[in-house]
Amino acid sequence: MTQILIVAEHGNGRLNPSTAKCVSCAQSFGEGTIDIALLAADVAPLAAEAAALMGVRRVLTLERPENAEPLAAVYAPQVAALAEGYTHLLGPSTTFGKDLMPRVAALLGVGQISDVMTVESANRFVRPVYAGNALMTVEAPAGQIAVATVRMASFQPAAGGGSASIEAATVEASLPSHTRFLSRTQAKSDRPDLQTAKRVVSGGRALASAENFKLLYGLADALGAAVGASRAAVDAGYVPNEMQVGQTGKIIAPELYVALGISGAIQHLTGIKDARTIVAVNKDSEAPIFEVADIGMVGDLFQVVPELERLLRAEHR
Amino acid sequence: MSTILVGIKRVIDYSVRVRVKPDGSGVVTDGVKMSINPFDEIALEEALRIKERGIVNEVIAVGIGPADAQQQLRSALAMGADRAVLVQVDGGAVAPLTAARVFLKLAQKHQPLLVILGKQAIDDDNGQTGQMLAALWDRPQATFASKLELDGNRARVTREVDTGLESIEIDLPAVVTTDLRLNEPRYIKLPDIMKAKKKPLDTTTLAELGVEAAAQSPRAVKFTPPPVRSRGIMVKTVDELVGALKQRGVI
Ligand SMILES: Cc1cc2nc3c(=O)[nH]c(=O)nc-3n(C[C@H](O)[C@H](O)[C@H](O)COP(=O)(O)OP(=O)(O)OC[C@H]3O[C@@H](n4cnc5c(N)ncnc54)[C@H](O)[C@@H]3O)c2cc1C
Ligand SMILES: Nc1ncnc2c1ncn2[C@@H]1O[C@H](COP(=O)(O)O)[C@@H](O)[C@H]1O
Repeated sequence: MTQILIVAEHGNGRLNPSTAKCVSCAQSFGEGTIDIALLAADVAPLAAEAAALMGVRRVLTLERPENAEPLAAVYAPQVAALAEGYTHLLGPSTTFGKDLMPRVAALLGVGQISDVMTVESANRFVRPVYAGNALMTVEAPAGQIAVATVRMASFQPAAGGGSASIEAATVEASLPSHTRFLSRTQAKSDRPDLQTAKRVVSGGRALASAENFKLLYGLADALGAAVGASRAAVDAGYVPNEMQVGQTGKIIAPELYVALGISGAIQHLTGIKDARTIVAVNKDSEAPIFEVADIGMVGDLFQVVPELERLLRAEHR
Repeated sequence: MSTILVGIKRVIDYSVRVRVKPDGSGVVTDGVKMSINPFDEIALEEALRIKERGIVNEVIAVGIGPADAQQQLRSALAMGADRAVLVQVDGGAVAPLTAARVFLKLAQKHQPLLVILGKQAIDDDNGQTGQMLAALWDRPQATFASKLELDGNRARVTREVDTGLESIEIDLPAVVTTDLRLNEPRYIKLPDIMKAKKKPLDTTTLAELGVEAAAQSPRAVKFTPPPVRSRGIMVKTVDELVGALKQRGVI
């Protein structure tokens, strides 16, 4: 029987939705038990949130001041110690999990399966490779713990309403002081979070300046959407890095994705493959984005966007 | 003075539209353009800039893979690496845990100030090797770096994380993995290609290094093409666009 341990992700005193998605991935194993490892400086509010996730048996907490910030070098030895006796260790394929999980895997002396999309059996998984241009079925070796990260766009968050037990754990682990947290920028937007938003409006190089990019915010607000961008728009400094969608940015699965002035490079498309409806506006009728768009329009975004915003706002009235 | 080790992985060029072989045993590589993993070019560029500031005196490019990976190591030498090491491994993908063990051996041998790797290799998209090396080496890791400032035996690193930018301080030696915006790699000039031919490129093997390939790694069973999205409808006006959105029930 599988015994799964999930590493919880949190920030600003809240559990990140990535944890509920890992739980839902764990549920797809079928039978077995699911525990959550929660490392924090103040575990109480987070533990309650984690314990409410449906299907979870126990929340194991490690409360110490060193766990205030999720430094991989500090978390890894503790997670590795907690993982003792489990058949599977899962973490989210977010920057938190991507940073931490391989370090834990190496401490445990095993390889890692990155970006699990589908659980075929307890040791057989499907994951994307080559920017999603191929799917690889992998088998984890028998007789050892399987460490994996979970692709966020492939799982819905597990429901609430559960009632797991909460237990303070203790582990033998010496924590390094060679890595020190200094600061982190805070998202200052009132808009929905890009990674979990149901609707996303994204802009590319065509926006041509940070000033012009603001045009998209009006449309996004009319739709109640999050705002994303192509790498070209981030590189050019129109928007900050956390807005990048794609192979090396965020992989998202909104119900609606609106791509404005984005050509549709492979690396970008891999980030939106799971979007339910893709809308593309591009002035080049040959742009590759149209090959995947459900609704395409050849046109100048500087004309289309204001008009679209106006019509959408009129709809709501 | 000291050294920086840089990972140089040979991968299918980012511009190639990769296709799965009909028999599902892998992806088509015949006649396909191969390049240095883009994140590794960024790693090498960063190492060269540190050397140019006089902080280290040697940059070693390390490739693990088939004999053909020499081509990418030659490019790394042309870009400015002082020497290169090819750890020749034939017969398919090198698992990140194996690669991390190789880098550990080389780190123990060369005592580098930094090992700079890519945040991910764009073939298997694993994104593991740097973190695994840091664990095995018991040293700090600064992944997804977009800025690296060295200050004696410490470094301050800006990291691209989901919420924005994070800044950490690490003691050296350490492992850094590169994100896209760390720098813009230089272009290789023709005379440099000639010069690179005279630079040392040593070949060794896992056995010679005393590294065991990690049997504890997941094994690829088969490859399948992803489901394709098909082309939808084209609309001519914004009115039609709104109509189409309504019809699909998304607004
Ligand atoms: C290792 C690596 C990783 C990468 N990772 C990512 C990633 O995660 N995400 C990502 O997005 N990219 C990524 N890229 C970059 C990717 O290859 C493309 O370069 C990038 O996506 C292009 O961005 P773009 O579509 O905004 O720009 P362009 O390709 O320049 O396209 C701009 C488009 O705007 C259209 N346009 C211009 N003016 C107008 C107008 N007025 N109205 C309407 N349309 C207009 C043009 O016709 C064109 O199609 C990566 C590349 C590499 C090498
Ligand atoms: N076979 C290899 N040869 C050289 N460098 C490698 C190899 N495998 C991994 N690396 C380094 O580790 C980084 C991350 O790779 P990966 O963990 O496979 O995504 C790469 O960008 C390289 O810098």
